[in-house]
Amino acid sequence: MKVAHVNQLLSIVLLPFLNLLTAFIVTTLLFLMVGIDPWEAAKILVKGAFGYEEGIGYTLYYTTNFIFTGLAVAVAFHAGLFNIGGEGQAYIGGLGVGLVALGLGALLPAWLLLPLAMVAAAVFGAAWAAIPAYLQAYRGSHIVITTIMFNFLAASLMVYLLVNVFAEPGQMVPASRAFADSASLWSWQEFMAYWGIEFAASPLNLSIILALICCVMVWLFLWKTRWGYELRTVGANPDAAIYAGINPKRIIMLAMLLSGALAGLVAVNELLGVQHRLLLGFNTGYGFAGIAVALMGRNHPLGVLLAALLFGALYQGGAELAFEIPSVTRDMVVVIQGLIILFSGALEFMYRAPLQRWLLRFAREA
Amino acid sequence: MAACALELIQISKRFGLVKANQDISLCVPAGSIHGIIGENGAGKSSLVNIIYGFYQADSGEIRIQGQPIKIQDSKQAIAAGIGMVHQHFMLVEEFTALENIMLGAEGGLLLHEGEQRVRQRLAELSRLYGLEVPLDTPVNQLAVGVQQRIEILKTLYREARILILDEPTGVLTPQEADELFKILRALKADGVTILLITHKLREIMAITDQVSVMRQGKMVAHRVTAETSMPELAELMVGRKLQQSFERLARPTGELLLQVRDLTVYDRQGWLRVNKVNFHVAAGEVVGIAGVSGNGQTELLQALAGILPLSSGEILFAGQTITAQQPSNPARMRDLGMAHVPEDRHRMGLVLSFAADQSSILGYQRADKYNQGWRLEESVIRHEYAERAEQFDIRPRDPLLGSSHFSGGNQQKIVLAREIGAEPSVLLVGQPTRGVDIGAIEFIHQQLMTMRNEGKGIVLVSVELDEIMRLADRIIVMCDGMITGEVSREEANEQILGLLMANALGVGVNEQPGSSA
Repeated sequence: MKVAHVNQLLSIVLLPFLNLLTAFIVTTLLFLMVGIDPWEAAKILVKGAFGYEEGIGYTLYYTTNFIFTGLAVAVAFHAGLFNIGGEGQAYIGGLGVGLVALGLGALLPAWLLLPLAMVAAAVFGAAWAAIPAYLQAYRGSHIVITTIMFNFLAASLMVYLLVNVFAEPGQMVPASRAFADSASLWSWQEFMAYWGIEFAASPLNLSIILALICCVMVWLFLWKTRWGYELRTVGANPDAAIYAGINPKRIIMLAMLLSGALAGLVAVNELLGVQHRLLLGFNTGYGFAGIAVALMGRNHPLGVLLAALLFGALYQGGAELAFEIPSVTRDMVVVIQGLIILFSGALEFMYRAPLQRWLLRFAREA
Repeated sequence: MAACALELIQISKRFGLVKANQDISLCVPAGSIHGIIGENGAGKSSLVNIIYGFYQADSGEIRIQGQPIKIQDSKQAIAAGIGMVHQHFMLVEEFTALENIMLGAEGGLLLHEGEQRVRQRLAELSRLYGLEVPLDTPVNQLAVGVQQRIEILKTLYREARILILDEPTGVLTPQEADELFKILRALKADGVTILLITHKLREIMAITDQVSVMRQGKMVAHRVTAETSMPELAELMVGRKLQQSFERLARPTGELLLQVRDLTVYDRQGWLRVNKVNFHVAAGEVVGIAGVSGNGQTELLQALAGILPLSSGEILFAGQTITAQQPSNPARMRDLGMAHVPEDRHRMGLVLSFAADQSSILGYQRADKYNQGWRLEESVIRHEYAERAEQFDIRPRDPLLGSSHFSGGNQQKIVLAREIGAEPSVLLVGQPTRGVDIGAIEFIHQQLMTMRNEGKGIVLVSVELDEIMRLADRIIVMCDGMITGEVSREEANEQILGLLMANALGVGVNEQPGSSA
C-alpha cells in the first residue's frame, strides 16, 4: 500500500466514518447524562427517518434542500471561495419563483410555467451571488464577509416585500396568495400514483429528481469539462491559473453564479413543491447546513448526496425523537447536528496523523 | 587527526515510508571545515535538522566534544554550542542587525543594557573575523551577503563553536561567496568547527578539509578534500559515471524570433523590476540571463510570458508587437508559440493537487486536441501523457498519481515535457534545474540543447553560473533590473560574470531610479 493510497483511504472512508462515530459517542454520553436511554433514542431516530413511508418522504424532502445548498458550497469551494451566502441566495431564489408563479401563473400552462419558475429560482439565486462575486473579483472584498452580509440583506428585503408588496390585502400573514395550480410541482405521492403505486403523503416532490440531476451535472462540469478544470485550477493554485492563461476574475464570477443558482433551487423544492405560496423564512437553516454538508461530503457531489441524506435523516428522525420523548427537546437535535459539524468539520483532521502512522506501520508489516 | 568536535553515530530517521537518513556516522574534527555534499533529496537537510534539534532521530547518538548529548530543540543545540545559518535567512526584515542579533538573547527587562553588551561583543567579533556589518540599518535595506554575515554573527554571539551552514552560497555572487570563504577561514583559524552543506562541488574543493558524500539517505563516502577530485565526488553523489558534454551543433543562428526593446516592468507592489531592457533571441540559440536571484529576471520572464503587464517598451514576437497599450496575456503568448517553464514549478508550473496527466495540460486546457465539444478528452490526455512520460522518463509512470507525489526532478520533467511538447518557437525557461537531482539535470540540459539544435530559440534564466555557461550561446547579465553586460559563450568566465552580476562596472548608476508607476 502506497502513501497516496493510504491517504485516499483515510480521507474518503475512514476519517468521515470515525468523525461520525465520535459525534455519536459524545451524543450517547450526553443522552446518558440527561437520563435518556440512548439505544431507545437511536431506535426512534432511525425509525422516524427510515421506518415508514411518510418518514422516508420527509427525510428525502429535507435531503433535497441539503443537496442544493451542499452543492452550492462545494462548487464555490473548488474555486477557492467560501460561499456562506446560500441562505440568502435560496431566499432570493424564492423571490424569482414567486414572481413567475404569481405573475404568469394564470397565463401559462404548467409545462411552460414550471421550467420558467425553476430557471427564475436559479437566475435570482445567481444574481444575488453575483454582487459579492463581483466585489471579490474586481474589488478584493472578502467573499465570506460579503456573502454573510447579503444574507441579512436578503432577509430584510424579503420581509419588506412580503409585508408591503406580496401580502394579501386584509391579511395579517406575511405571505403571498397561493400560486395557481399550474405552478404546483408533482408531489411524490402524485408521481407514484401516476405509475399506479401507492405512496404515503409527504412533502417529498419531484424536486429530488432535479437535485440528483444537479449532482450529476456538477460532477460532469467540475471534472469533465475545461471550464471545471479552469475553475479547480483557480481554487487549487491561483498563480498557476494565471500562468495558464486563466482569468481568475472570470472564474470567480462563474463559480459564484453557479453556486448561487444551485442555492436558489431550494425555492423550487420549498415553494413549487410544498408551500405553493411565497412566505417568510422558508429557507431557514438550509443554507448554513449546506456548509456542513459540503464539508462532510468532501465537496464531491457523491459525498454531498450522502451527507445530505444523513442530515435529512437527522432532521426528520430528530423531529420524531422530540415528539416521542418529551425530555428530548428540539434543541437536543440541534446539538447532535452541532456535534457532527464539530467533529467532521472543525476537528476534521483530529484522527488523521495517528491513523496515518498506524496504517503505514500496518502497511509495512503486511 | 584532532578529536571530533561533532560526532554522529548510526543516526537513522524516517518519515513515513521514506528513509531520510540510514545509519549515518560522521566525525567532524575540531577546528576543521567539513563538507557534506549530496544531491537534492539525499538527506542532507534532515541530517542537519536532527543536529540542530528540529527533528529527533529515530535511533543513533550525537556526541559533542566526545560527550553524548540529547538535542530536543534548537535551544539545547545553541546551549551545546551549535550555530546554524539557514539557506533562507531567519531574520526579522524590519529590525536592524543589532536587534536581530539580540533577538532571544535580550538579557534583561530593558533593552538598553543588553544593547550595550551586544555592541561591545560585536565589535570584538567583527575585529576578530573581519565580519563588518552596519548595526543600525534595517536588515531589508542590506545586501544578501551582509544579511548572511548577520546570521553568522548571531550564532557567534551565542557562543557557537560548531557552525552549520546550509547551502550558504545559493543567493551570493561569486565574489560574495569568496568573501564568505574568507570569513570561514578566519573562523577556522580561531578553532571554530564548520559544517558546510552544499550541492556545489566547486565550493567543496575550494574551502573544505574533508568531505562526506550522501546518497539516498546514506553516507556513502568520506574523503580528504586534497585527495579527491570533482569527477570522483560527482560520481559518488550520483552513483554512476556522468556524461561530460553533449552535442552542440555549430550552426549559424537563424532568423530573429524575439525582440525586446526598452522593456520596463513594475511588479504588483509597484516596484521597478525591469529597467529599459533590450535584447533579442534568434533561431537556434540559447540566450542565458545570469544574475543574482531577485534582480529582475523573474519579472522579465513573466513579462515575456504575458503574466506581468509592460509599463513601457515593446516585445516583438511572431509578427506581433506587444506594448503597454496593446497588452498580451499568457494564453495569447502560448498561441503565438511562446512556451514557458516557470521558475517556481510548485507555485506556477503545476497544480500539486491535480493528477500528473491533469497537470500536463495546464495552460493548454483549451487546445482543440484535448476537447470534444464540452468535454475534455480524457483518453487523449492520458494517452499523450503516457507517451511523454515514456519519452522524458518521468517516474513513476502512473498518470493518476498526484503531482505532489513526484520528486522535484520528475515534476520538472512533467512541466518541461508539456512545454516542449507544445512545439513552441521560443521557450522561456526559469531555473530549470533548481531542486532537481543530477541525473535529471543531465537529461533536462540535453533536452534544451536538442531544442536549440533544432532551431528553436531559448531564453534561459538561471542563478547557477555553471548551468548558464554550459548551455548558453550568449549570456546577458542582469543587476537591479538592468542589463549590465553581455558576453559571448567564448568570453564568459566566472570572474567576468561575477563582476557584471554585482554591476561593478557601474551601468546606470548615475540615473535616478524611477518612481513607481
